[in-house]
Amino acid sequence: MNLQFAPPIAFAILLLLPFTFGSQFLVNLAMLTAMSAFIGQAWNIAGGFGGLTSFGHTVFFGIGAYTAAILATRYGISAWFALPLAALLGAATGAVIGFASFRAGLRGSYFALVTLAFAEAFRVLATASEFTRGGQGINVPLALGLANFQFADRRATYVVIVMLLLLSMATAAWLRRSRFGARLMAVRENEDAAAALGIDIVRTKTAAFALSGGLAALGGVVYCQTYLFVDPLIAFGVERSVEMLLVAMIGGAGTIWGPVLGALALHLVADTARSYISTPGFAPMLYGIMLLVIVGLLPGGIASLSFASLAGRMRRA
Amino acid sequence: MLEVTGLSKRFGGLQAVRDVSLSVPEGSITALIGPNGAGKTTTFAMIAGFIRPDAGHVRFLGHDVTAMRPDRIAALGMVRTFQITQPFAGLSVMENIRIGAFLRDASPAAAETHARAIGTRLGLGPVLDRPAAGLTVAARKRLEVARALATQPKLLLLDEVMAGLNPSELGEIIAMIRQVRDGGVTILLIEHIMAAVAALAEDVHVLAEGAMIARGTPREVAENPRVVEAYLGHGAAERMARHA
Repeated sequence: MNLQFAPPIAFAILLLLPFTFGSQFLVNLAMLTAMSAFIGQAWNIAGGFGGLTSFGHTVFFGIGAYTAAILATRYGISAWFALPLAALLGAATGAVIGFASFRAGLRGSYFALVTLAFAEAFRVLATASEFTRGGQGINVPLALGLANFQFADRRATYVVIVMLLLLSMATAAWLRRSRFGARLMAVRENEDAAAALGIDIVRTKTAAFALSGGLAALGGVVYCQTYLFVDPLIAFGVERSVEMLLVAMIGGAGTIWGPVLGALALHLVADTARSYISTPGFAPMLYGIMLLVIVGLLPGGIASLSFASLAGRMRRA
Repeated sequence: MLEVTGLSKRFGGLQAVRDVSLSVPEGSITALIGPNGAGKTTTFAMIAGFIRPDAGHVRFLGHDVTAMRPDRIAALGMVRTFQITQPFAGLSVMENIRIGAFLRDASPAAAETHARAIGTRLGLGPVLDRPAAGLTVAARKRLEVARALATQPKLLLLDEVMAGLNPSELGEIIAMIRQVRDGGVTILLIEHIMAAVAALAEDVHVLAEGAMIARGTPREVAENPRVVEAYLGHGAAERMARHA
């Protein structure tokens, strides 16, 4: 049997599932899962393919969310225009943070700490600034309708998120095939060797970080349009950053399907468990255990369990 | 083609390289030899842009490339290999070579064709689709050369590509290096194995304790008492002359 098409078919069925039943719970769960997969893939573009492990990727998500909220409340501009603007601002911020860090030669945990510091700085700024309405956050007035990018039916929002998810997966697929992607992975594997073969390391990493930031910012716009509220903790809190990298690493960093698998694992397993056990702090603990198990037993993530190897195991069993 | 003048580098209290000058004529195989710790690899790293020299100049094809970034130098056509091989461990052998090919060829398909041709020519044909992490020492050395060669360099800097090979592998790699030169690539190599240098190089520079002590053909250099002393210790040349 040809298993090559099994993952896309399973994926398509999964994507269509929320439309088959009238369950609002299922639609919500699918929406959250697709959103996690999308921002996880955005992180994965830099963190997985480029090895640029950011701990503060919510900076971009937050910029996107605030862009939509500020455009709507201060200037009365539709959130559709927030999409390109947020992508641009996210990419520009990524380029600035990336260029500064990479030029200074920051790598690994040092880079992770710098990104974390940037996210915290943005949170403090958003809390202090009048422009972002400080700690009380911004309420976006309810004005349902396609023109305002606000949907009464959650399934419409879900469709938008799925399109973004597909866009991010297409970007990952492009990285797998293109010269830029090959160079990015070479830089991840060995910077000295990459430089010796003519690759501009700072430029390659900066471009990847900007691309990743632009994508993540789109997630923030959709978040704002769904919940019609942004505050500094939602936008720049550390939980979102952790969610992004967790989804990518559990699923399989540097792969096209990893973030989808990671988001499914995180939401189906963790959220289900959470509904039974309501002890505070249980969910983060469970996330931590999942990450430990993955890092210890399956460093390539769930995606490294290929269909072929699964089939092989079943035959042997 | 390559002119190095007065290159110096100090690491803390250690003068690693002192006032080193050398030249590599186009189309030649030139060797840089010397005992362990003589500063050969440091000299290489300065030429290729990986270490910034404290003093001195490097000119390549008329450009002043002193302290230029390594990727820019590679783009100009001077590419180095590493003594301690540096494969992209997570990529396949073909993908490793293709990274080099991408310097001159933006199309993934064309770069892959080029990479496969070079890999096959250097005897990596059977392992092209295997992960680079699992290669033997000899194959890793070949991969270093293949990757550098895929960038279509004008000058290739080979850092001890023969170290750690057995005699039959050594013979193969010597033939391979000759073939590369005959294909129009000038070669500067660092080597430890005198026999290999004698078989390959027309022109030999000898480095000892960070300074250039001799230059000549392999035979001239091997008979130079200062070179013998540098390798075998003080007074060795005199003792050998007495016994002869």
